Amino acid sequence: MASSGNPTPGQQVRQAVVIGGNRIPFARSGGAYTYSSNQDMLTAALDGLVARFGLQGERIGAVAAGAVLKHSRDFNLTREVVLGSALSAHTPAYDVQQACATGLEAVVGIANKIKLGMIESGIAGGVDSASDAPIAVSEGFRRVLLDLSRAKTTSQKLKALSKLRPSDLAPNAPGTGEPRTGLSMGEHQALTTAHWEITRQAQDELALASHKNLANAYERGFFDDLMTPYRGLTRDSNLRADTSLEKLAKLKPVFGKNLGDNATMTAGNSTPLTDGASTVLLGSEDYALQHDLPMLANIVDAEAAAVDFVHGGEGLLMAPVYAVPRMLERNGLTFDDFDYFEIHEAFAGTVLSSIKAWENDDFCRTRLGLDGALGSIDRTKLNVNGSSLAAGHPFAATGGRIVASLAKTLHEKGTGRGLVSVCAAGGQGVVAILEAR
Amino acid sequence: MADTYLNLVNTGITKEIAKKLGLPRPSVLRRFDPSKPLVPGPVLLLGNGESVTTLSETMLAWNLDVRRHATPGQKLGAIVIAWDTLTAPGELSETALAVGSALKDLLPGGRVVTVSRPATDSDAPETAAVRQSVDGFVRSVAHEMRGGSTANGILLGEAADAGSTGLIATLRFLLSGRSAYVSGQFIEVSNDAGELPTDWNKPLDGKVAVVTGAARGIGAAIAKVLQRDGAQLIVVDVPQAGEQLAKVANKLHGTALQLDITAQDAGKRILEHALSRYGRLDIVVHNAGITRDKLLANMDEAKWNSVLAVNIESQLRMNRELLDSGKFGHNGRIVSLASTSGIAGNRGQSNYAASKAGVMGMVRATAPAIGSLGGSINAVAPGFIETDMTAKIPFLTRQLARRVSSLQQGGLPLDVAETVSFLASDAAAGVNGEVVRVCGQNMVGA
Repeated sequence: MASSGNPTPGQQVRQAVVIGGNRIPFARSGGAYTYSSNQDMLTAALDGLVARFGLQGERIGAVAAGAVLKHSRDFNLTREVVLGSALSAHTPAYDVQQACATGLEAVVGIANKIKLGMIESGIAGGVDSASDAPIAVSEGFRRVLLDLSRAKTTSQKLKALSKLRPSDLAPNAPGTGEPRTGLSMGEHQALTTAHWEITRQAQDELALASHKNLANAYERGFFDDLMTPYRGLTRDSNLRADTSLEKLAKLKPVFGKNLGDNATMTAGNSTPLTDGASTVLLGSEDYALQHDLPMLANIVDAEAAAVDFVHGGEGLLMAPVYAVPRMLERNGLTFDDFDYFEIHEAFAGTVLSSIKAWENDDFCRTRLGLDGALGSIDRTKLNVNGSSLAAGHPFAATGGRIVASLAKTLHEKGTGRGLVSVCAAGGQGVVAILEAR
Repeated sequence: MADTYLNLVNTGITKEIAKKLGLPRPSVLRRFDPSKPLVPGPVLLLGNGESVTTLSETMLAWNLDVRRHATPGQKLGAIVIAWDTLTAPGELSETALAVGSALKDLLPGGRVVTVSRPATDSDAPETAAVRQSVDGFVRSVAHEMRGGSTANGILLGEAADAGSTGLIATLRFLLSGRSAYVSGQFIEVSNDAGELPTDWNKPLDGKVAVVTGAARGIGAAIAKVLQRDGAQLIVVDVPQAGEQLAKVANKLHGTALQLDITAQDAGKRILEHALSRYGRLDIVVHNAGITRDKLLANMDEAKWNSVLAVNIESQLRMNRELLDSGKFGHNGRIVSLASTSGIAGNRGQSNYAASKAGVMGMVRATAPAIGSLGGSINAVAPGFIETDMTAKIPFLTRQLARRVSSLQQGGLPLDVAETVSFLASDAAAGVNGEVVRVCGQNMVGA
């Protein structure tokens, strides 16, 4: 046992291994899953996982999942999903919510429980529907309704109703705006993209690579044991295998339009609103061995970070940039120790800004407290099976997609490590290290 | 899917009307039900072949009421005929006529089963003649059966005899409700191999089985019956059918393997999945198949090639991989789905019939190799089966296709599955290289 105060995670505790994953194809909002609820989609993804690994009737240690856009009635979403699935009804479940990092944080939570010996098996997941989003009544209408329910006499009831104004009847639809800035995520990223001088061409090239890599992955059957079709959809509906730089170049900017000629972010190099769900099966080594299940990768470590995007002069989606060096240092690793990088493509600009920041001596010294640049990322190791620009991004489902795909990729290679980086609303980010088995 | 006509002529006022009008009245078949007796009444055992002792002792051990002489008016559940030592046609008459007078007393869902030897080139002409006569006799009796009863024959090959396990297993299959839609057929027991199950209701206990094309229809039914009979299931279908496949796997407590069987390494991946998850593979059911019907004059390369690739070439490749692996074959059982189209041909199905006839050729030619390892390979040829696929056939054609069989109805996916499960059992190991039709003695494809 290490005597220093800074033990390396994984040395003192047992391994948590990724056994496999299952997701449903991701659908562009308003498409194949328009009338599917979060519960429907997560149940489908979970039942596909159960079918793949023969977990019917089994009591799993814990199921953790969540959704970003969530109806208030879904307060116990994951437990309800378990009850409607083929798993044993004796499987406990809890909801997680950390914006776009929900899925990855769910993986980390389950992995930690396994590492500490609290559970033998666990399932992490996430789901989101931008199509079946909750719509709330206005604040004014809500207060009237609550007052009305408390009113006892007819006159009290009439008094409560009299406060209702026509404008109160307009519903509140959820937006992607940051509560503290009022700016949408895209507008925030546009500022960061411009700050790091990321060109339109670089963003379009990243988007193109995402589509090509995802299409290739489908072609070679990579997703045959990672995905179960749903509602007639057999592939991510956002995938454009035939897209090209020329086609991407024709798209008009949709974010940062006030930047004039510097507006570079289009519908092609930004993720669309998407519906979908994903799950990952994790277990201890003993669990996998006893159940004759595969072991694809270890969950080595994870780190969360947050930035002050409101007053601190940092970009909304730049938190992973801070999380990665802290995690690498703790594990004594550098970028050279990694074979694959999975950097969630919220926007092409997010990935490219992060990479550029890590390559920047001054930034790394002043902001990250390093001696110099953290390092460069070999593009041939980046998002090798496509990422969110091609697959789409059902917020909470992205973490599970990445972890399962990366674990399989590492297992196919047989050796090496993979780095996961997911940015999230509220200036947050979660990153993780996986190691091949 | 539902055969409305069959329901109408078997229930209520419409049953009486159909009777008065003399309409064909297909019966509700006697299907397997573990809570019901093996046969619905006493068994009349006729004939004087060597097998008579085995047959008698076997059926008495099953607690059947076995009688050597008919009592007029006494209802019968089955008639079993030991004809395995016939040497000349003259020997048929007494027993054949005795069968005839006993038929009137056969209960609905009754069975006629003969045990005889196949005619071969080395037989004396008289012997060959009488052995072949049994064939014509059984097929004709099958046409004359009423009330959902069937007539089938068991052939004892040169290497089999009255004591062969396969005889006992096949007799039980043909007497039981499992063979409800099998009529006018012969199943040859070619050798002594096989082991009787400790529990006849769990003949596949402890076995691990793979069923391809298991997401729906006949494949899903096969998976369900194999699981009912005790096997653990790996269900396989193309990734596109994954949603349905997962439902089947979850219902049967099996595992879903999304796989295109035309992939070069399909056999390897199936074996790898079975060995890593279950430590063994005992049964492979090649059920996956497609149709791309067109008159030959209008057939294009894609339609021809895809049908051949899925229905026969993939099976050949997977069998080779399985047998070469050294990890399948000892007591390994392969059951392939053929089709009556492959026997009689079918307009618009030159590609499909070629592929399914190919399956039959493959099964016969693979039998010696797998047999030498202690395994077996057989084919099941379904006739008109009520599935989503046949539900798309135009109404009148569909009605006709149903009524032109001796049982005057289409079969169910379950009926095909029952025969597959029988051939997948160790008790049936002596049946090797056979094609068993599950067609209700359909006159199309005869």
